[in-house]
Amino acid sequence: MASNTEALKTADGISLKVSLQRSLRRKKRNALLLVAPLFLFILVTFLFPIFDMLIRGVDNKITQEILPTTVVALAKWDPASGQLPDEDIFKAFTVDGQVAAKAKTISRLGKRLNYEKSGFSSLFRKTGRQLKKFDPEKMTTSYKENLISIDKKWGKVETGSLIHRESGRYTKSYYLTAFDLTQNSEGNIEWKDADSSIYIDLFKRTLWLSCLITFLTILFGYPIAYLLATLKAKTSNLLMILVLLPFWTSLLVRTSAWIALLQKEGVINDTLVAIGIIGDESRLSMIHNSTGTLIAMTHILLPFMILPLFSVMKTINPSYVRAARSMGATGFTAFRRVYFPNTIAGIGAGGILVFILSIGFYITPALVGGVDGTMISNFIAYHISTSLNWGLAAALGAILLSLVLVLYILYDKLVGIDNMKLG
Amino acid sequence: MTENNSDYLVRFENVQKSYDGELLVVKDLNLNMAKGEFLTMLGPSGSGKTTCLMMLAGFEPATHGEIYLDNVPINRVPPHKRGIGMVFQSYALFPHMTIGENLAFPLEVRKMGKSERDKKVKIALDMVQLGAFADRRPSQLSGGQQQRVAVARSLVFDPDVVLMDEPLGALDKNLREQMQYEIKHIHERLGVTVLYVTHDQSEALTMSDRVAVFDAGIIQQLAPPDVLYEKPENAFVADFIGDNNCLIGIVTEESENSCVVQTPDGSNIKANKVNIAGKGQKSTLSIRPERVIINPEVGQVPNIFKAKALELIYLGDHIRTRMQVCGNDEFYVKIPNTSHIADLNEGDEVSIGWNEYDCRALDAP
Amino acid sequence: MKTFIKCTLATAVLAASVTTAQAETEMVIVSWGGAYTKSQNEAYHKPYMKEHPSIKIINDDSASEGAAKLRAQAEAGKVTWDVVDVVPDAAIALCDEGLVMEIDHDKMLAAAPDGTLPSVDFGDAIISPCFIPQIVYSTTIGFRTDKVGATAPSTMSDVFDMKKYPGKRALQKSPAGNLEWALIADGVATADVYKELATEAGVARAFKKLDTIKKDVVWWTKGAQPGQLLADGEVVMASAYNGRLFAAIEENKQPVGMMWDAQVFELDGWVIPTDAPNKAEALKYVKFATDTQRLADQSKYISYGPARKSSAALVGKHATLGIDMGPHMPTAPANAKNVLFKDVNFWADNNDELAEKFEAWLAKG
Repeated sequence: MASNTEALKTADGISLKVSLQRSLRRKKRNALLLVAPLFLFILVTFLFPIFDMLIRGVDNKITQEILPTTVVALAKWDPASGQLPDEDIFKAFTVDGQVAAKAKTISRLGKRLNYEKSGFSSLFRKTGRQLKKFDPEKMTTSYKENLISIDKKWGKVETGSLIHRESGRYTKSYYLTAFDLTQNSEGNIEWKDADSSIYIDLFKRTLWLSCLITFLTILFGYPIAYLLATLKAKTSNLLMILVLLPFWTSLLVRTSAWIALLQKEGVINDTLVAIGIIGDESRLSMIHNSTGTLIAMTHILLPFMILPLFSVMKTINPSYVRAARSMGATGFTAFRRVYFPNTIAGIGAGGILVFILSIGFYITPALVGGVDGTMISNFIAYHISTSLNWGLAAALGAILLSLVLVLYILYDKLVGIDNMKLG
Repeated sequence: MTENNSDYLVRFENVQKSYDGELLVVKDLNLNMAKGEFLTMLGPSGSGKTTCLMMLAGFEPATHGEIYLDNVPINRVPPHKRGIGMVFQSYALFPHMTIGENLAFPLEVRKMGKSERDKKVKIALDMVQLGAFADRRPSQLSGGQQQRVAVARSLVFDPDVVLMDEPLGALDKNLREQMQYEIKHIHERLGVTVLYVTHDQSEALTMSDRVAVFDAGIIQQLAPPDVLYEKPENAFVADFIGDNNCLIGIVTEESENSCVVQTPDGSNIKANKVNIAGKGQKSTLSIRPERVIINPEVGQVPNIFKAKALELIYLGDHIRTRMQVCGNDEFYVKIPNTSHIADLNEGDEVSIGWNEYDCRALDAP
Repeated sequence: MKTFIKCTLATAVLAASVTTAQAETEMVIVSWGGAYTKSQNEAYHKPYMKEHPSIKIINDDSASEGAAKLRAQAEAGKVTWDVVDVVPDAAIALCDEGLVMEIDHDKMLAAAPDGTLPSVDFGDAIISPCFIPQIVYSTTIGFRTDKVGATAPSTMSDVFDMKKYPGKRALQKSPAGNLEWALIADGVATADVYKELATEAGVARAFKKLDTIKKDVVWWTKGAQPGQLLADGEVVMASAYNGRLFAAIEENKQPVGMMWDAQVFELDGWVIPTDAPNKAEALKYVKFATDTQRLADQSKYISYGPARKSSAALVGKHATLGIDMGPHMPTAPANAKNVLFKDVNFWADNNDELAEKFEAWLAKG
């Protein structure tokens, strides 16, 4: 065989290798065609939006678009000099500003820069209004003085240095804000004052609450899943319906039900007062705080833990435990050494599922979370729909995404993603 | 029973078991196992054999009666304190542990020191020729290897009794036969007491000292393999163990050791009286196919009848021939492939005969 | 595949022909839903459609995400909305971004019956060149009449007085409104509130005052929550939109009272997207819907005040309850003794920063 150097040929004389490759290529093409529709769908509805979000978190083309000549002129100016920019920069700004004011885009830049410093919104609106009426022919002063006469802020170095800082194609300011950082007038990055830093604490709280919720769902879900997996099919099917029942009710309804149950004058407090466990004055605060978020979200996410656990437990051969018992292990040891390790895959799958879902949950914390029970996603929603600061929302979202990815990699290293079983 | 009951290692006394309170799965079981014995519970599925095993292992409580292990009643002893090794059909090797860890497990829970543990694990693995596999996972082993590990694991902690629940059921035929010998040899070498459950009669006959044939929750016969085959005590056992021909008829004559049974077509067959209800009652005659003689000389055997060959199946060492005898179309004869008799053709009429001793008159179904 | 495409095309063509066959212009008007949209439907939409049979008004209830959705539509290049009901902050933001068109109020809107120009009739309510004012509503304080003792709270200082009125308060989870109220309760005159709040010391002063009630505040985010919290007895006092309180008191007969002191006047109005599909029709509609009579009519269905002065005299009785609506208007002289106009331009500049501070303050626990 080894001495046979001549290439093998098929019956019609084509080289065997070529023929094989040809048939493999056909197979590959068919596989590709089968995958293509879903791939396109995912590309358009999932990958592209994520990519767009990542871009949006650093995108800053607005300054260059609205002040094209000013940006070029400003590049020559050194804000650290402490001197106001030259007359030609003010002239460039006046020209750009007039165009932008007529195109009604100037206040858009004002809104953008207002994220960096309060007051820019009205400064640009006011300046735009004046520049629209402005006629350079009739100007008696310099461009610089003219702008300063519109608003004193134009006579400050900080105003120019902020525009200078934010004149690049990309900006890091959204990410800085998302990490409670800020750039001072010299351009150095520093922590925000304690009285206006929120996001790091929010990320910490979100992670902490999500961990706690994941832990609670394991604690409550594990025994239920065990029961379901070991009962007779008829009984376990019935119980399974009870587990799945919450899925058939709207999330909003379930959350509202928790409000009715947990509030100060709610069912649980009323009952506790009625049977005398607590006094009427010391009713428990179980809602509009993190306790409310914990209770409601644990309940809502419980099925996502039970189902993977159940499907994994279902596959565990009951003779494992019997074997362990016959070899001298007590019931507890058999569980700890044999049954439990075999359910880790289910715990991992359920844990990751619940954790990722809870990290991005937002309706429930918004309704029952009060102050200390809100999570980062509530702020993303706020910046998307209320403050319209989509750049910051994108930065927060990207950080959340990378947090999830990091945890996923960590999980892969510790447990191994191949061990994850959803059923 | 003349022996002293306390000589036995395992005793079932009047054990009954019901799962639903209506149906008895095990009906009044009495069974004694001597130390070092290899006893097989053989029976069709649903005959109650596995239930008996589970009661002994402690996974199912007996509904009534008492089980003794080394003269200690164990109904209230939890499984882990019974010191019984067990081999499952599904092997039940722990998938998250290596082979070595699997074997060390029973020693670990007994708080045995590490060095001693390693030594015992090695001995046990060498016993099943898997010494080199200690660091592998069960999923990396073939079915036969996994089964050997399961056997080694059940023995590694030196239990008094090892229970095996259809351990070879998932293996293919060749491997199964090989494993039968291996288990038999291990048993002989270690002298451990084995209670084995199977529905495969050849497995039971190959390995066991004694076989308990189960049907409908009752032991039909408890005997060594040769006795079971040669001297079945009832029609079920005769039919269940080995190839068998059944002829049903009415007892017309009865003497001390023999009787005459008349089949519906009027043939009178002289038979060995084993288990009949009496003259005028129905009886099943059992004749092993290999005990039938083709073209016997007149007077050679008491029973000689005309037979017609209906179907011939060539099986190499012998030819299995279906014949019509005494009005029965399903009468099989094993013709050894050594003589000219093998020249038989379908439709040929021959005379066949058998000894009175080889024809056992048993109870009617 | 080809058949599939043909079928799809046929369906599309059919669908297109059906819509054109109606020969109608469908105008999408976005508002807040619920009782509010109902009042607009009765006062504006129905009479308008009666006058213009070719127009069909489609209600879209997504005004709470109006600004975000409109921006998304504009970015996607497909604006489907014709008229959008917005609060002033959103109007300013959308106007800044050029997403909604600027309005020449005097030319595009109807003058008052006596000939007063719209810019004069609406007056300060035109807070942005893009904004077409519609109603004045106020955020004010409601309280449980059965839980505040003999004397009902009457000033903003009472709301911050935990000794005089113990119990929980519900406030909106937003810096706007609360910071102003804190300063008023701390003794700042309503006219000077924004001057004070523009300084860092003023902001600190406001937060310090809020500190005094912080642990007793339940923060609400949705307009329906304060009414529910009052009804459930969860809180003793709650800031709420006056229309919601009117509903609780007059329609649902809850034991709730209303305090008008330091009520915060806010506006609500229309904007027209720059790329609205039926811009000309939209302009015609808003001219009709904001004339003196129509604005007065709306107050028959909901207790919000018309945004133009000339409408005040025409406010009549509630359409179903038959109550005289005049005294329930936040703009009624008896109610408007001490009023704070929310400075939307101040908040346009400072909301980002103060919202951060507010959240950080909340989180400090």
